[in-house]
Amino acid sequence: MITELGHFCLILAFVVAIVQMVVPMIGASKRWPGWMAVAEPAATAQLLLTAAAFGALTYAFVTSDFSLRLVAMNSHSAKPMLYKISGVWGNHEGSMLLWVLIVTIFGAFAAWFGGGLPPSLKARVLSVQAAIAVAFFAFILFTSNPFLRLSVPPFDGEDLNPLLQDPGLAFHPPFLYLGYVGLSMAFSFAVAALIEGRVDAAWGRWVRPWTLAAWIFLTIGIALGSWWAYYELGWGGFWFWDPVENASFMPWLLAAALLHSAIVVEKREALKSWTILLAILAFGFSLTGTFIVRSGLLTSVHAFANDPERGVFILGILALFTGGALTLFAARASAMEARGVFSVVSRESALLVNNILLAVACFVVFFGTLWPIIAEMFFDRKLSVGPPYFNAAFTPFMVILGLILPVGAMLPWKRGRLGRTAWSLRYVFVLCLALAGLVWVMQTGNSLLGPVGLLLGAWIVSGALFDLWSRTGRAGGAGKRLGRLLRLPRADWGKMVAHSGLGITMFAIAGLTAWEVEDIRVTQLNEPFDVGGFTLTLERVERVRGPNYFSTMGFVRLEKNGRKLTVLRPEKREYPVAKMPTTEAAIDYRFLRDVYVVIGDRQDDGGWTMRTYIKPLANWIWGGCILMALGGALSLSDRRFRVAAGARKAPKQGVPAE
Amino acid sequence: MRGTARRAVGWKPTLRWAALVALLAAPVWAVQPDEVLDDPALEARARELSKDLRCLVCRNESIDESNAELARDLRVLVRERLVAGDSDAEVIDFVVDRYGEYVLLRPTADGSNWVLWAAGPLMLLVAGAMGLVYLRGRSRAPGRQENALSPEEEARLKQILDE
Repeated sequence: MITELGHFCLILAFVVAIVQMVVPMIGASKRWPGWMAVAEPAATAQLLLTAAAFGALTYAFVTSDFSLRLVAMNSHSAKPMLYKISGVWGNHEGSMLLWVLIVTIFGAFAAWFGGGLPPSLKARVLSVQAAIAVAFFAFILFTSNPFLRLSVPPFDGEDLNPLLQDPGLAFHPPFLYLGYVGLSMAFSFAVAALIEGRVDAAWGRWVRPWTLAAWIFLTIGIALGSWWAYYELGWGGFWFWDPVENASFMPWLLAAALLHSAIVVEKREALKSWTILLAILAFGFSLTGTFIVRSGLLTSVHAFANDPERGVFILGILALFTGGALTLFAARASAMEARGVFSVVSRESALLVNNILLAVACFVVFFGTLWPIIAEMFFDRKLSVGPPYFNAAFTPFMVILGLILPVGAMLPWKRGRLGRTAWSLRYVFVLCLALAGLVWVMQTGNSLLGPVGLLLGAWIVSGALFDLWSRTGRAGGAGKRLGRLLRLPRADWGKMVAHSGLGITMFAIAGLTAWEVEDIRVTQLNEPFDVGGFTLTLERVERVRGPNYFSTMGFVRLEKNGRKLTVLRPEKREYPVAKMPTTEAAIDYRFLRDVYVVIGDRQDDGGWTMRTYIKPLANWIWGGCILMALGGALSLSDRRFRVAAGARKAPKQGVPAE
Repeated sequence: MRGTARRAVGWKPTLRWAALVALLAAPVWAVQPDEVLDDPALEARARELSKDLRCLVCRNESIDESNAELARDLRVLVRERLVAGDSDAEVIDFVVDRYGEYVLLRPTADGSNWVLWAAGPLMLLVAGAMGLVYLRGRSRAPGRQENALSPEEEARLKQILDE
């Protein structure tokens, strides 16, 4: 019964979205306030109905209602409650429902908090947002309906893929979708502005918080996914350049570019058409990501549902929205002329260089991901493009970006002098160089990867700190400057924190790659062995029974200099229902390094295979990502956005009759 | 002693499942201890080569990471060739001859593949040139007055300022 109600709510939401797509758009072009005003309650209704549908599906999973095809195929009565709930989006149909739920959440937020927007722009934004929702409601209802029943329900379900039975599933996809879908707001604003034919500083200010929020969510989502892979896949890899990872990384890169170009629109009224284009492309790449995951076009470790029919449908949505928006862009972009004048060396141009580097880096990822298809179609070559290509082709852009970031971030607006800004950073640079040199001398081996990573990371972090400090001016003593430091706008603090986060992540990736220690061996019980200054002893191995799996659990004592640090418990699990084994690594997390232990098979001589990794700076990768997200949040809480949001409390004006 | 006793107890309730568990493909692992070569320099080369070779039956994994039987065979093959004295390039050629270009995770730069490798730098040049043209245009543009606000906006601004 509840299932049918959910199904019904979903259909109703589809209908409401159609109304919201059509009526306000007509109202905005005819200047009919009543028609424009339809958007607001429609957005609220859409959210409530979709939430009800989602709730109904969750209920079916929680109560293990195996008469639902989806539940029977992806759940099991013995599965822990957390995974019953997160299992709702651990499959194609449910994850699409989550996707569209988030579309409606963003739409409703724009309706509720968009009071400061001109009524016609607001109506158009909500209409475009509803159009996106309509496409995905149709996709769900016609090709991927989660509410289908089975005529003969089974006694129990087929269980969720064991790799997905992890807290990671509870958080990684929702954050990722919040990011992907958040970019739909930037897209809606861009298309609405194109229809309206007007992009100004105010538009830049309205679109920036949405982009910033989407980018924060994407950052967290990608970092969570990477961390999940790190501890779950059993050898501590954190980034594989898999098509699906690339699909999430491309919108991230473009959203980062968009954030920076929106600043130029907001402060200087330049780069307008480029910013609009970025907004369209960023969401276009989000859709591409969805397409890649669902179509099975590219082989990926993440592939979800490989159904060509669904792939074609999403390709249609992708073509319609991206193609339509780009056509509109081609027709209208010339109308948006820039106003701000600035010299070739200025903050504006530095932000332009940032945009070029990020966009070209995104292009490299895109081209490398699609090249196997292009090569097969046009050159009849069946080939692979893997991590070695991306590492070689992508990394240089990030290195250049890192090198110029501290200087670019300090250039003055309108007109600057490169030599002067660079010269002010000379002590910072020398300090970083000395630090890198010191590390190069101290490390064993003479690989340059670690020291160069440190140079880059330290340069970005100290540059960001120096930038913040120099914003306090020269007058007064250190105490006065400290006082002024605390009163700086939060956007400045956000910039410092986010840039530092980037530096830390860059350093950590280089350091981990350069200084990792790996050990593979067969070890006997109670026979200590040394890896990278640590002593490990496999003390015993036990069979343990979990709620829906069996586990072979090793107890490994970890010591350093004769002092016991901890006992690690790596596991090897078998999930009988899903018929799948998984390895559960045991990790001793510390500030400077992780010790990562995996247990393998029992050998004929009674020993066990064991892999041990010492992973320096592993936590810093995600620490840096958290800082980036935090910086974004600080920036988002800046006064100028709150003032813009607060303006909606002003008494509503009537729309002037025309 | 204690360990074995415990394990026996632990196994008991699982007997019912034993048949099922036996059906599971025994998890084979990425690089096994018995595959590792005695010569550390040779082993290091083998590892580097393995990272560039694709496991053909997996979804996008290198043979260095993969658990599949075929990946194991390929790892052993790479090591055999190295022990036989092949250079890195000879090993790669040997594997490509047998399994085709698809096995390479680092695509070659020959034939149409130059497009792939040149795509990034070329795009940077194009984008850089476009950016430069734009910047020159901006720096030479007549210094126009920042556009005046529309009457609606002016009224709105006044209202905000008065608050």
